[in-house]
Amino acid sequence: MTNETGPDTRRVERLIALLFLIATLAGLGGAAVYLAGAQTQLEGAFLAVCLGGIGAGIILWSQFLLPGGLRQEARHPVADAADEQAVRDVLAEQGAITRRSMLVRALAGAVAGLGAAVVVPALSLGPAPGRSLFDTPWKSGMRMVGLDGQPIKASDVPVGGIVTGFPDGFPGSADGQTLLINVGQGMLNLPPDRMTGAPDGYVAYSKVCTHAGCPVGLYRDAQHQLVCPCHQSTFDVLDGAVPVAGPAGHPLPQLPIRIDPDGTVVALGGFTGPVGPAFWDMTDG
Amino acid sequence: MAERVEQQAERQTELERIAGWFDRRTGLSGTVRSAMRKVFPDHWSFLLGEVALFAFVILLATGTFLTLFYTPDARTVTYEGPYTTLQGDTMSAAYASVMRLSFQVQAGLLVRQIHHWAALLFIGAIAAHLARIFFTGAFRRPRELNYLIGIGLLTMALGEGITGYSLPDDLLSGTGLRIVDSVMLSIPFVGPWLSSLLMGGPFPSEYILSRLFVVHVMLLPGVLVGGVTVHLALLWFQKHTQFRGHGAREDNVVGLSFFPGQTFRSLGLFFLTAAVIVLVAGLIQINPVWLYGPYVPYEAAVPAQPDWYVGWLEGLVRLGLPIEPTILGVTIPSPFVPGIVIPGALFTALAVWPFVEARLTHDHAEHHLLDPLWKTPIRTATGAAGVVLFLVLTLAGGNDVLAVMLNTPVETLTAIFRVLVVVAPVVTWLLVYRMARDTRAAHERQEHEGEPPEPPAVVLVRTPDGGFRDMEAGR
Repeated sequence: MTNETGPDTRRVERLIALLFLIATLAGLGGAAVYLAGAQTQLEGAFLAVCLGGIGAGIILWSQFLLPGGLRQEARHPVADAADEQAVRDVLAEQGAITRRSMLVRALAGAVAGLGAAVVVPALSLGPAPGRSLFDTPWKSGMRMVGLDGQPIKASDVPVGGIVTGFPDGFPGSADGQTLLINVGQGMLNLPPDRMTGAPDGYVAYSKVCTHAGCPVGLYRDAQHQLVCPCHQSTFDVLDGAVPVAGPAGHPLPQLPIRIDPDGTVVALGGFTGPVGPAFWDMTDG
Repeated sequence: MAERVEQQAERQTELERIAGWFDRRTGLSGTVRSAMRKVFPDHWSFLLGEVALFAFVILLATGTFLTLFYTPDARTVTYEGPYTTLQGDTMSAAYASVMRLSFQVQAGLLVRQIHHWAALLFIGAIAAHLARIFFTGAFRRPRELNYLIGIGLLTMALGEGITGYSLPDDLLSGTGLRIVDSVMLSIPFVGPWLSSLLMGGPFPSEYILSRLFVVHVMLLPGVLVGGVTVHLALLWFQKHTQFRGHGAREDNVVGLSFFPGQTFRSLGLFFLTAAVIVLVAGLIQINPVWLYGPYVPYEAAVPAQPDWYVGWLEGLVRLGLPIEPTILGVTIPSPFVPGIVIPGALFTALAVWPFVEARLTHDHAEHHLLDPLWKTPIRTATGAAGVVLFLVLTLAGGNDVLAVMLNTPVETLTAIFRVLVVVAPVVTWLLVYRMARDTRAAHERQEHEGEPPEPPAVVLVRTPDGGFRDMEAGR
């Protein structure tokens, strides 16, 4: 098998040469496809045949034409006692370093000071979180608008209907996005102090999932449930959007609203809690 | 015939001339000669790490090409390219540059798809390589250090996957980034600061794409290249582990020479790896960001599935319990345990396993011969349980897809998975432990009865002239 001549060897040589020839042609073909306007599938196929031809040729070459057979090599323990002693000796000679422990400690202190000076500017990377996780653009008296910036009318949302609204002036807002849902008169089962902010069966909740921040985009109107598409957290719309399934650990905050005589939806204030996923000091809001 | 030999001799002289030129300037001939004679064990599982290395090379090459066209820019632009569905839509300049790369840059889509498929294979090959190292005990002294470097490389590779996936700023990647931010936010005390510093402000911030870009194309690749270099250098100096048989002992290495045998084989493997990646990338579409649309914070795609190596994390977060206790004013958010604590504990367990095992078995000696699976029941059972845990979590990460396929409410599946994620690994551990222990007992009985557990490894090779020779004797 590892012989240099003989009919088998000649056949293998011819086969390898053929593979390399195919690779050459496929490579040229790939270039031609590119020049003719590039077609992803064809280009990929030509390139793959070219690479495959080279690879197969080399493997056959190594299997049949190279001297084969297993060899042995001795292995020695990783550690060498003499070397280790030599390093220790060199260190021992350097008494000028090891004896001056006071200087070494002082140098360590200086390096620590340098570290502090170098690391602290990392705070430039972003602002202090401050109130940013508690506040949204919503303010009392602000109208709810659609993505186009036009006011949303309560009459646009029939019973069982749902619409995504934003604070006026902030269409597309990530933390101000709100779901306005019409569940119909007498259906809601909210705490008494929240009922005034949900007139005529209209209730508004933050659209940002309280689990991992995805937009809660699915509404099962028969069950009055909001479902987050990311991790399937499910919230009961009638019961203050408390989580009833999935991993979410607290309700979607409610946006108290009123409906003006002209049908526009107006916020009575901000959300009942911080929007979006939980964080450690969220109850301090 | 004679002519050929003469020609060959002449070619060699030419080669020698060049080699001599270099040697007179570097004095490296001695090193090169001993390197060429270095022995590589002859077993397919030793090629898994090589496949990872080759995928990495392909990632660097294709990634460089992509970098020339991608713009890490969150500013809003209006799309005016050839993809009619999105014409006139507003999107980030980053997303628009990926659209241009996919539709207008000739061969751009092919390179993008090669990059993505190569990334999937890269992490797959690392995982397979890690499995081989783990199950055969290749991490034992003196290789604990290189094992830790390997775990570090896997972590970096996962970081590359997640940052790279986020760069196109499409609806899926933006939503994924939002989830990552939420998990970061869940860390008690430091979460809000960490999120604000890394993102440059509240999500979605204008800085995040350029930061991810620098991490993805400079920081992590730099660390990976350095880490891979050290990983290979240590391997070189410590020499390979090897399976038993073919005369392998603790104090030798049996296998092919680095040159020409292993060099040719590795080179061939490189081209074949590249061929498979390019074929798949040419024919099978991946991450068609134009179908997802640009990222907007108020929309989400359903069903959304991440790349395979993130599925288990997605599963963990989906199975997370809906509990958010507030203790002394400190709220523990629901994603904290499944998103931070459990993955952190799993990776830590993986990293410290060599030291735990050495302590459990009181075995601190050097080992170069690999163990068969039955020989180490605890290790094999633990590894198998880990694999099963990974599989269950990956399935749980697709519970919405499974719910549609099985026509079962997703709540039911989640409840089942919450049980399965604990029960399945435990049952696997017990089963595999028993099986391995019984097999080991059988081997020990055979040894007691004087029967050799393995036949002596003699391989007869028929030579072209009709004779036979012993592979070990005939080297």
